[in-house]
Amino acid sequence: MPLLSVHDLRTHFHTRNGIYRAVDGVSFSIERGETLGIVGESGSGKSVTCYSIMGLIPQPPGRIVSGTAMFDGVDLLHCSPAEARAIRGKRVAMIFQDPMTSLNPYLRVSEQLIEPLLIHEKISRRDALSRALAMLDAVGINDAAKRIHYYPHEFSGGMRQRVMIAMALITKPEVLIADEPTTALDVTVQAQILELIKKMQQELGMAVVFITHDLGVVSGLCDRVQVMYAGRIVETADTRTLFHAPRHPYTRALQRSIPALQSKGVELYTIPGLPPDVSKTSPGCAFAPRCEFASARCTVGIPELTACSPTHSHACLRVQAGEI
Amino acid sequence: MSDPILQLTDVKTHFPITQGFLLKRHIGTVKAVDGVNLTVRRGEVLGLVGESGCGKSTLARTILQLVPTTGGTVVLNGRNLADASARELLAARRDLQMVFQDPYASLNPRMTVFATLAEPLFVHGVCPPAEVPARVAELMRIVGLAPRFMQKYPHEFSGGQRQRIAIARALALKPKVIVADEPVSALDVSIQAQILNLLAHLTKQMNLTLIFIAHDLSVVKHISDRIAVMYLGKIVELGLAADVIDRPRHPYTRALVSAIPTPNPDIERTRQRIVLAGDPPSPINPPSGCAFHPRCAYARAECENAVPPLIADSPDREVACVRLSEIS
Ligand SMILES: Nc1ncnc2c1ncn2[C@@H]1O[C@H](COP(=O)(O)OP(=O)(O)OP(=O)(O)O)[C@@H](O)[C@H]1O
Ligand SMILES: Nc1ncnc2c1ncn2[C@@H]1O[C@H](COP(=O)(O)OP(=O)(O)O)[C@@H](O)[C@H]1O
Ligand code: SF4
Ligand code: SF4
Ligand SMILES: [Mg+2]
Ligand SMILES: [Mg+2]
Repeated sequence: MPLLSVHDLRTHFHTRNGIYRAVDGVSFSIERGETLGIVGESGSGKSVTCYSIMGLIPQPPGRIVSGTAMFDGVDLLHCSPAEARAIRGKRVAMIFQDPMTSLNPYLRVSEQLIEPLLIHEKISRRDALSRALAMLDAVGINDAAKRIHYYPHEFSGGMRQRVMIAMALITKPEVLIADEPTTALDVTVQAQILELIKKMQQELGMAVVFITHDLGVVSGLCDRVQVMYAGRIVETADTRTLFHAPRHPYTRALQRSIPALQSKGVELYTIPGLPPDVSKTSPGCAFAPRCEFASARCTVGIPELTACSPTHSHACLRVQAGEI
Repeated sequence: MSDPILQLTDVKTHFPITQGFLLKRHIGTVKAVDGVNLTVRRGEVLGLVGESGCGKSTLARTILQLVPTTGGTVVLNGRNLADASARELLAARRDLQMVFQDPYASLNPRMTVFATLAEPLFVHGVCPPAEVPARVAELMRIVGLAPRFMQKYPHEFSGGQRQRIAIARALALKPKVIVADEPVSALDVSIQAQILNLLAHLTKQMNLTLIFIAHDLSVVKHISDRIAVMYLGKIVELGLAADVIDRPRHPYTRALVSAIPTPNPDIERTRQRIVLAGDPPSPINPPSGCAFHPRCAYARAECENAVPPLIADSPDREVACVRLSEIS
C-alpha cells in the first residue's frame, strides 16, 4: 500500500474574475523512501496540489471540490482537525521556496525548532533543545551551539533554508513535501541543499515530493516524475523514461526548449502562445491551443491519464490512439 | 584584440556603508566591483556569471554609469565614460542600453507601449516626429509584437511580451551595446526560449554587442561567444563560452560548473559533484589574497598573500589562479 495516495484532487478558487481551476483532477501516490518530482510551468498547480494536502489552502477563496489524500488510513482532506494535527507538521512536513514562509522573524531559531517537538512528543524542553542542536548540526550549520540562539535574519539565505529544513525534519517525518526549496538559491548553494535532502532522506527513510520547474534538478534527485499542465498531470514515468522516451507532446516540447538539452547556439524550439489560463475552461486537452499535433478530436474530450507501460502514463489522445 | 568596442580598465565600484539616521557614520565599504579588466569585442555576446552578490549587476550599472565609478576607466568607442560630462553621457546612452530582469519594474505602468517606445525617439530627436509612429511599429515588429497592440499598457501583456517591449525600448536608439541583466530569469522555460531566440537573432542581424548576465549557466553558454566568471567583484576566468563550461580551469569555475544539475538522469546519477562549503563570502571584508581561498580545495598558504592577476593561459583563455599550472 502506498504511503500517501492522492485521488482525484480538485482545488478551485472562486474569485471575482471567475473560477480558477488550479488543480483539476490530480491523482498520484508515493511509496516509503521514494522521491517523486512534480514539474511544470508557473501556475500549473504544483503548489496548490501540495498546499491542499497540507491543509494550507485559504478557504475562501479556495475550495477543495473533490478528492482524497490517504495517509496511513487517514484521509487528510476529510479527517477531524485533531487527526490532521497529529499528522501534518509531524509525519508529513513541508518546506518552501521562501524560508520565511515557515520561520517566524521575531522568534529565536531555538524556540522555533523545539516547538513541534513540544507539541507532538512527550519531551522535556532540555531534551528538545539538544535534539534541535543535533538537527542544526546535521543540516550543516557550523557553530550550531551559538547560532541556535540567532533570529532568522541573522542567517544568510542558504543557511535560513537549512534552518527551515531542520525544522521540517526534526519530527522525523515520513513524507517531506518540498516546494521549490532551491529555486531562489545560487547553484552552488542549491547543490548543498540537494545533497542535504538526499542525505537526510537516506537517514530517515522518508518519502520526498519535490516540486521544481528545473528539469536538471529532477534528473539527479527523483525516482519518478510527473509533469503538470493547467491543473492536471499530463505525463508520469520513472525519471529515465521521462527523459529518454517522453510521450506527451508538452513534455517533449519542454525538453526541446531548454538550452541544456540542445547543442550550443541552435535555434530553440518555442512553444507558441501563452501558458494556459485556468480561469477559462477549454473543452478537451488544455495543451491543444499550443500543441503542434492538435487535431479536431483534441478539443472534444479531456484526455485521461492512461498507462502505456506499468511505470509510464500520459494524457495525450493522439499518442494513445497511436497516431503520433 | 579584434575591434574592441568597450574597454574596462581596473574598474572599481565601491559603496560606503553608513550607520545612523541623521548623523551618518561611515563604517565600512562594499567592494562590489573591485578591479575589473575586460575588453568586449564588437558584435560579440559576452556572458557574465557568478554567484549572487558577486557584482554582476553592479558591473552592468557601472558600464552604463548608473552608479558612480570609484576608480578605473570605462571606454566606449574611444571615450572614457567614467569622467564624461552629463552631456557626453546622454550622447553615450544612445549607444549603450540596458534590459532588466523584471519587466514589471522597468516599464512605466502608466505608459502605453507607444509612449514607452516613442519617448526615447523624441528625447534624442532620432527621427522627425511624423515618422515616430512608423518607427514604433517597426520596433514592435522587430521584437515580435503586433503593432496593433500599440495603445495597450504593460499590465495587459504577459511577462514574455513585456520583456519584448523592454527589448524594443532598448533597441529604439539603434544602440551598439546592450547590457541585459538576467533578462530571462523571471520567465517560464517555454517563454525563455522565445526571448533567447529573439536576442540571438537580433545580435546577429544588427551586429549588436550584448553583455548577457544570467544565473543559469546552460542559458549563458547557449547564447554567449565568450564567458566571464566573476567572484567577489573580480573576473577570475574568461574564455570561449563552450570551452569555459566544458573545460573550466579556475577552481571556482570548476565548482560552479559542477554544481549545475544537467537534465540527464544517467549523467546526474553517476557523476562526482564538487560541493563548495559555505556561502559566498561578503564583499565587505573579502578574504585576503585570492578571495576564493577559504572555499578552494587547492588553496595553499601562498594563495592568501597576493591577489592573483587575470593572465592569459592560452590564446583564448585568461585565468586568475596562482596554482593553475600545478593543479591542471
Ligand atoms: N547601492 C548599493 N549600496 C551598497 N551595497 C550595494 C549597492 N548595490 C550593490 N551592493 C552590494 O554589492 C554587492 C554586489 O551586488 P550586485 O547586485 O552587483 O550582485 P549580483 O552579482 O548582480 O548578484 P545577483 O546575482 O544576486 O543579482 C552585493 O554585496 C550588494 O549587496
Ligand atoms: N489564493 C489564491 N487565490 C486565487 N487563485 C489562486 C490562489 N492560489 C493559487 N491560485 C491560482 O492557482 C493556479 C495554480 O497555482 P500554483 O499551484 O501556485 O502554481 P505553481 O504550479 O506555479 O505552483 C494559478 O493560476 C494561481 O493563480
Ligand atoms: S491530446 Fe491532442 S492537443 Fe493534447 S497533447 Fe495530445 S495531440 Fe496535443
Ligand atoms: S589562487 Fe589558490 S585559492 Fe585561489 S583559486 Fe588558485 S589555488 Fe585556489
Ligand atoms: Mg509554486
Ligand atoms: Mg544582479
